[in-house]
Amino acid sequence: MSVLLIAEHNNQAVKPFTLNAISAASKIKEDVHVLVLGSNSENVAKSISQVPNVKKVLHVNNSLYENYLAENYTSAIIKLSKNYSHIVCSANTFGKNLMPRVAALLDVSQVSDITKVISEDTFLRPIYAGNAFATVKSSDKIKCVTIRPTSFDPAPTSGGSAEIQMSDPGDSTDLTRFIKKEEIKSDRPELGTARVVISGGRGMQSGENFKLITAVADKLNAAIGASRAAVDAGYITNDHQVGQTGKVVVPDLYIAVGISGAIQHLAGMKESKIIVAINKDGEAPIFSIADYGLEADLFDALPKFLEELNKLNTIQK
Amino acid sequence: MKILVAVKRVIDYNVQIRVKEDGSGIVTENVKMSTNPPDDNAIEEAVKIKESGKASEVIAVSVGEEKAQETVRKALAVGADRGILVKVDGIVEPLAVSKVLQKIVEKEKPDLVFMGKQAIDDDCNQTGQMLAALLNWPQATFASKIELKDKLLEVTREVDEGLEIIEVNIPAIVTCDLRLNEPRYASLPNIMKAKKKPIEQINASDLGVDTKPRIEQIKVEEPPKRKAGIKVATVEELVQKLKNEAKVI
Repeated sequence: MSVLLIAEHNNQAVKPFTLNAISAASKIKEDVHVLVLGSNSENVAKSISQVPNVKKVLHVNNSLYENYLAENYTSAIIKLSKNYSHIVCSANTFGKNLMPRVAALLDVSQVSDITKVISEDTFLRPIYAGNAFATVKSSDKIKCVTIRPTSFDPAPTSGGSAEIQMSDPGDSTDLTRFIKKEEIKSDRPELGTARVVISGGRGMQSGENFKLITAVADKLNAAIGASRAAVDAGYITNDHQVGQTGKVVVPDLYIAVGISGAIQHLAGMKESKIIVAINKDGEAPIFSIADYGLEADLFDALPKFLEELNKLNTIQK
Repeated sequence: MKILVAVKRVIDYNVQIRVKEDGSGIVTENVKMSTNPPDDNAIEEAVKIKESGKASEVIAVSVGEEKAQETVRKALAVGADRGILVKVDGIVEPLAVSKVLQKIVEKEKPDLVFMGKQAIDDDCNQTGQMLAALLNWPQATFASKIELKDKLLEVTREVDEGLEIIEVNIPAIVTCDLRLNEPRYASLPNIMKAKKKPIEQINASDLGVDTKPRIEQIKVEEPPKRKAGIKVATVEELVQKLKNEAKVI
């Protein structure tokens, strides 16, 4: 019995976290099959077939899957499920929305957001916003698992030549209709995969002041993050939120500016390699996890930081 | 229109949790408990719909131990009309909760079911989607805006790339994001009034639902501690450390 991985894509390209999920899936079992449910999605199936860890691509090409809706995806997955020991996907908004719907119909108790594969049925997962880690063992016949993408390296994208097998669509449902997606386009690296992230919190005081963050981000080729407080205050849009209910990031360098360090925020960034905190409150909890803390007014420190960066001959990209 | 809202009793979001020394779980004795934060948003949205005249009744339901009655009572204090407590002791997995809620939905026949998108204790993010699957209802997860139209609900969802707008038929399940609204505080008179509102108590076993966990929790550990860092005095020192010591820029 193999592992069935559900790919996330936009009918043209595979979403990067699918590659991290493929890595995790191949740690469960070597025999990984990837299901691509799409419309005019030949390129997606082809690019996944070139991932060396993938043994087979199941491709359903039907207008039903022009837009991703959990209701439509579920029936196609259920039809294939009996041939598989595990069904897996990434634990981002795509997989979080989809997997429980599949699991419930299979009468399976899902294991969410794993950070480590211990064996075929045993996994490590964070609970309480990453303030504890639970080792859990599933006793269900089919295991439904979602994977924390930032805990696994992305699989290589070339060198493989898996068979692409066309498969039948599932039942259509008109319970839900896709209207539109308002994607925020940006030339910056994606928050979830960026090497450097600089985030602003309530201390920024306004959306206008985020330009100080933007200037440093431009210099470091960094993604821009934010605390929930900054998002709730309307300084910046929600797709920038880092934390328990936002995105989890694990960059080489995380710079927290004007962020006090609530438990919910730390949950999204405390695995970063190097953490820098800039805050004028020397007692802020963020300093207890920062490798380098600078107790300073951010409105002085950020322009000076940029000035010092400009003096460097080279900056890693 | 009738709205059912599911609420969960969890350790308060401000509490720094402690792992039990024997690795069997988290210390919950003498710890402040509260409503799971996005469940407060779910109640608020339901009450707002009722206040706008579009719903006739808001029912709050919780699945858990006897003390979860406090969580139901709090929902009554901010405007729910009546409560249901389904009693189960010990760990109840989202699959079991969704099966219990399925029974309650079959009995109460609500048009909408709201709940938080995720509980902040087990961080599973499953129950709403599972309930939608069991009922074969549409699911609108991670909702940050809801617009009620005739027999339809237009929902703005917070997704990784930005926002997505979908339209779902009613009946539907909505799981709520923290940005859906600003939950109100219960006023003292309303807290007093809530004491008189009815809470029906049911045992999960009487509903014919098997709530035995399927997942064995082998151990619970503390996360690896980050080693204490240093404070730098100036921006120049910070940049120098990042360049020469950490080698990240």
